[in-house]
Amino acid sequence: MGEVSFHDVSKRFALRMDGELHHVQALDRVSFKVADGEIVALIGPSGCGKTTALRVAMGLDASTAGRVTVDGREVKGCGHDRGMVFQHAELLPWLNALQNVMFGLEMKGLRGGELRDTAEKYLALVGLSESKNRRPHQLSGGMKQRVGIARALAIDPSVLLMDEPFGALDAQTRESLQAELLDVHARTKKTILFVTHDLDEAVLLADRIVVMKHGRVHDIMEVPLKRPRGDLGIVRGTPEFAETRYKIWRELHDDTTVVH
Amino acid sequence: MADIADTQNKTAAAEAETPERRQTPRWIITLASVACLLIFWEIFGRDVNPVFGSYPSAIAVAFWELVVTGQLWSALFESLQPFFAGYLLAIVVGIPVGLVIGRFRTAEAALGIYITAGYAMPLVALVPLLILWLGLGFKVKVAVVFLMALFPICINTWLGVTAVPKTLIEVGKSFVAPDFVILRRIVLPATLPYIMAGVRLAVGRAVVAMVIAEFFTTISGLGAVIINSANNFDTATMFVPIIVLMVMAIGLNSLIGFVERKVAPWQAEIAGRDRE
Repeated sequence: MGEVSFHDVSKRFALRMDGELHHVQALDRVSFKVADGEIVALIGPSGCGKTTALRVAMGLDASTAGRVTVDGREVKGCGHDRGMVFQHAELLPWLNALQNVMFGLEMKGLRGGELRDTAEKYLALVGLSESKNRRPHQLSGGMKQRVGIARALAIDPSVLLMDEPFGALDAQTRESLQAELLDVHARTKKTILFVTHDLDEAVLLADRIVVMKHGRVHDIMEVPLKRPRGDLGIVRGTPEFAETRYKIWRELHDDTTVVH
Repeated sequence: MADIADTQNKTAAAEAETPERRQTPRWIITLASVACLLIFWEIFGRDVNPVFGSYPSAIAVAFWELVVTGQLWSALFESLQPFFAGYLLAIVVGIPVGLVIGRFRTAEAALGIYITAGYAMPLVALVPLLILWLGLGFKVKVAVVFLMALFPICINTWLGVTAVPKTLIEVGKSFVAPDFVILRRIVLPATLPYIMAGVRLAVGRAVVAMVIAEFFTTISGLGAVIINSANNFDTATMFVPIIVLMVMAIGLNSLIGFVERKVAPWQAEIAGRDRE
């Protein structure tokens, strides 16, 4: 199970700028659903509220109106039913790769052999068994993010929430991690909701793409690519990929109200 | 992926090694600096009336006399007891208080001002009052050292907590870690470099506090050696405890640095010490 629903979620920030109080409508009646086992991408220009939506779903930020439910239960704060993958991995620098994965599991109450075995299993899932004793600064950017993914998956959440997980990586590493994420998804069937600003990534990975603008859901688009997607390099060459990518590109740029 | 990281590590190691080989070791530079100071002091110190000043060889002779008579060791032993009692108590109290003040805004609002004010407290002026409360003996000396060492440790810990990246705390929150666990397993290790800096700053303050306490309460320990030799216009002997204390502070500092590398090895690995 792992169904996420946004029901008319709104969030207002009060921001003090130059001594004046500004109200920012980060989210404006956002509603959409993510089905069990589905991969959904949240895309939009920066400041459109996509990261805020993800943080509200995680329980790190509270909405000012509306609610998010996971498997029918309303989100009130963080919970083990959701696993978060942060933009810059955010591993604890004093722990090695294995201990970082164990940290999340310990918080869930695992102890002893079960704790270690589970952590090792998920490190193996992301292909890092041999680097388990390295501390974060001894890992490359891509390896760090793999540990971040293993840490989130290890607690066996219903939903994986990812905040621009590959945004900080170089192009080659990003491509291999995208392929790996699809592989992990095929094996674990986790529901994944991820934020990205990368059109290619959204089309390559997601079943559906939620396009956000000015805190609102602008459009929700199906990606007409079947699973398993296979070699992502080949997928990039298909007319369906090009067409979907272009459609989203048009939607993102077709905005007369925004002056750049 | 592993290959890329390996190559990166290797190049980093190679880069670190090459300048290391060409550079003069730090201890040689330090030793040369100390030698220069001693030579100049020796040359020009001899021209000064021995009441108004002294010079290294005279101080060395005085040092030897204090060692042979056993006076130095008994004085040092007497001084170190309140010193370590007060200093360790300041660490034990200062770190948790700093962590709590830094982490919880209510604690910060309620207690922060006392810590900030306490740092600037004119302790010497309060010694007579402390004597009224605690007497002239061991207790009051511990209290003076404690009060001088507490605030730099506490303030540094507090500042360190406010500098912990918010996202690391969100990692704890997103895995549903309770406040206390976030404090102990995320905030404390992330704050360690600041804490250790505070513990180092406190060494100097604690040494000063110890001498103040020995001057103004029961005259004892190294403070007594200073006062007695000053009263006898024996300036060379007066310098002995002063130099012993300064050397001790240097020793403690490097001991703390050693402890820091043991408890927080990742810090030395991350932080670049690559300087001109």
